[in-house]
Amino acid sequence: MAAKLKLAVWKFSSCDGCQLSLLDCEDQLLAVAEAVEIAYFLEAGTVRRRGPFDISLVEGSVATEHDLQRIQDIRRRSKTLIAIGACATSGGVQALRYYGSLQKYLEDVYPQPRFIKVLEHSTPISDHVPVDLELRGCPISKTQLLEVLAALVQNRKPDLMSGCVCHQCKLNGNVCVMVTRGLPCLGPVTQAGCGAICPSYDRGCYGCFGPQKSANTQALAAWLAHQQHRSPEELVRAFRGINCRSPEFAEESERHEAPDQG
Amino acid sequence: MKHRIKVDALSRVEGEGSLRLEIDDDQVRRVRFGLYEPARFFEGVLQGRDFREAPDITARICGICPVAHQITSARALEQACGVEADPAIADLRRLIYCGQWIESHALHIFMLHAPDFLGYADALSMAGQHRALVEAGLTTKKTGNALVALLGGREIHPINQRVGGFYRAPAPSELAVLLPDLEKALQASLAAVDWVAGFAFPDYEGGEVQMALAHPQMYAIDRGRVLKTSAGVEIAVDDFESHVIEDQAAHSTALRAVLKLKPEDSGLTYQVGPLARYSLNHAQLTPLAAKAAERAGLRPPCRNPFKSIVVRAVELVLACEEALRLIKAYQQPQAASFAVPASQGRGAACTEAPRGTLFHSYEINGRGLIKRANIVTPTSQNQRAIENDLGGVAARNLDIPLDELRRLCEQTIRNYDPCISCSTH
Repeated sequence: MAAKLKLAVWKFSSCDGCQLSLLDCEDQLLAVAEAVEIAYFLEAGTVRRRGPFDISLVEGSVATEHDLQRIQDIRRRSKTLIAIGACATSGGVQALRYYGSLQKYLEDVYPQPRFIKVLEHSTPISDHVPVDLELRGCPISKTQLLEVLAALVQNRKPDLMSGCVCHQCKLNGNVCVMVTRGLPCLGPVTQAGCGAICPSYDRGCYGCFGPQKSANTQALAAWLAHQQHRSPEELVRAFRGINCRSPEFAEESERHEAPDQG
Repeated sequence: MKHRIKVDALSRVEGEGSLRLEIDDDQVRRVRFGLYEPARFFEGVLQGRDFREAPDITARICGICPVAHQITSARALEQACGVEADPAIADLRRLIYCGQWIESHALHIFMLHAPDFLGYADALSMAGQHRALVEAGLTTKKTGNALVALLGGREIHPINQRVGGFYRAPAPSELAVLLPDLEKALQASLAAVDWVAGFAFPDYEGGEVQMALAHPQMYAIDRGRVLKTSAGVEIAVDDFESHVIEDQAAHSTALRAVLKLKPEDSGLTYQVGPLARYSLNHAQLTPLAAKAAERAGLRPPCRNPFKSIVVRAVELVLACEEALRLIKAYQQPQAASFAVPASQGRGAACTEAPRGTLFHSYEINGRGLIKRANIVTPTSQNQRAIENDLGGVAARNLDIPLDELRRLCEQTIRNYDPCISCSTH
């Protein structure tokens, strides 16, 4: 039998939720630990090896000088590097500071801002090193995580759902919350994978899986503006959420911003 | 002789922290519990957002206790708008909060903390000899998660909570499905109390002031307007910011709080969390939890931080009992949410997150945009208490081998189940 694949889990700037998804696989966790060697997973207390690793799951965004070096080091020690979650794939909700002022935030939040060393912007892993696979979501879907791990163990391609949240929503048999109830919904432009839970709970999608490939954000924004009378400020906020710095959502939110009065 | 204990990356805690201890001439000279996760500026990025967005944004402070942040932000904003949750919605919130407690406490007891008492590096190696226990822990955790997922839409960053309550209220039959698993989780929790009560607890008592949210009718979790302290002074949640003062230290990217009971106080080290809750609110434990606590030999006030694992197990029993009671009494409310019209104002709320008192306050303008936000997490409040304990525990154990002392110090930190991601929001 071939040696088990060595798995490492890394944390950058994040809420911990995506790596917690692995611990949340309660029924499969012990089986996963038998199928792969969990070699480095600090939160679980496992520090068995320093590398090289066959699979590195990287959670979080790059936010400090130290992160810049650490991600290079992890890349060097990892055969397959998988960025997991909105922080790792788009910079996360903390990337909202791109649209504010870091200096002002430092002064507003901290009595001694000089103790806090962070980069001006919070950026995704792929801005810094080649990434082999991205798992979207805030948080990621644990079904998708298990599918990716199983595919790597079985040396096949993972079967991840493509398309937008609307596809999943139709499969769930939901009535469209946008058409029938006039709720704003990012489902038409958001990548599937979550199970379309928001519309299933009577609310619109807020895009936590980030933009779908070829998302037509402009058409959706026009529809929201004309059919639902959403103001430009509301459109800015709608696209400027958890994945505010993913290119398609960033561009759409900036399109509706009032020009600087300078 | 000079000795140093140095751990650059603590394991079995949520987020990233370090430990430094300097021992010189048989005295502990320096203690540092360093939190080095990058600051994320939630209070900054909330400025200018619509108040109804706060629960979805603040959930992202923490993947372990998003329910706590969602409910605390929603309650604070409801107060800012001058409305109060109706009883049915408040109970539904308590129910999902119990799910969060079950999930978080089971994770900590079985996966993160028990390995310290049994001498394992992690739960996976512990599973070799104690597979049934680890499986019982995972099953209990799963039941907590199932409750959060059913009411919240998913376990991590639920999507069904909002200012004003919920987007969709479940039918009683949907919730009833959870009853058998909750009964099992209750039995597993009772067994867990007996199991952890048999651990060996280092002989140490902390001297900090203890503080916990209180409610006249119940063990405070999701609601309450007054904080009790072991000093006998009560603090109104609305006055939190004049009693809890946050400052900074160079070795931490998280704010660190001190408590001022009176305005002239210089600032006391204090403790929030299970131990404080038990010490101050033990009279309101649910029946089986109260019996389990007694059987485990707990006596209020409990000041040995190593026994926090016993209190967590007792609270696991309580959360299961409460969840069962709330589901059995549940009647679907007429509406899943109540109206919260935007109005200029300020509001504050505290709840008891699994790790201790969580505070949110907001100021919003007449258009419902957030002008100012302030969030104080349990781990920010416990940093000084943790360093106090580290100094005290090390001073009593200078005769043991350095490697063992290091392990004991790490265990001391885990007594608080620190959530570093929360604290560096």
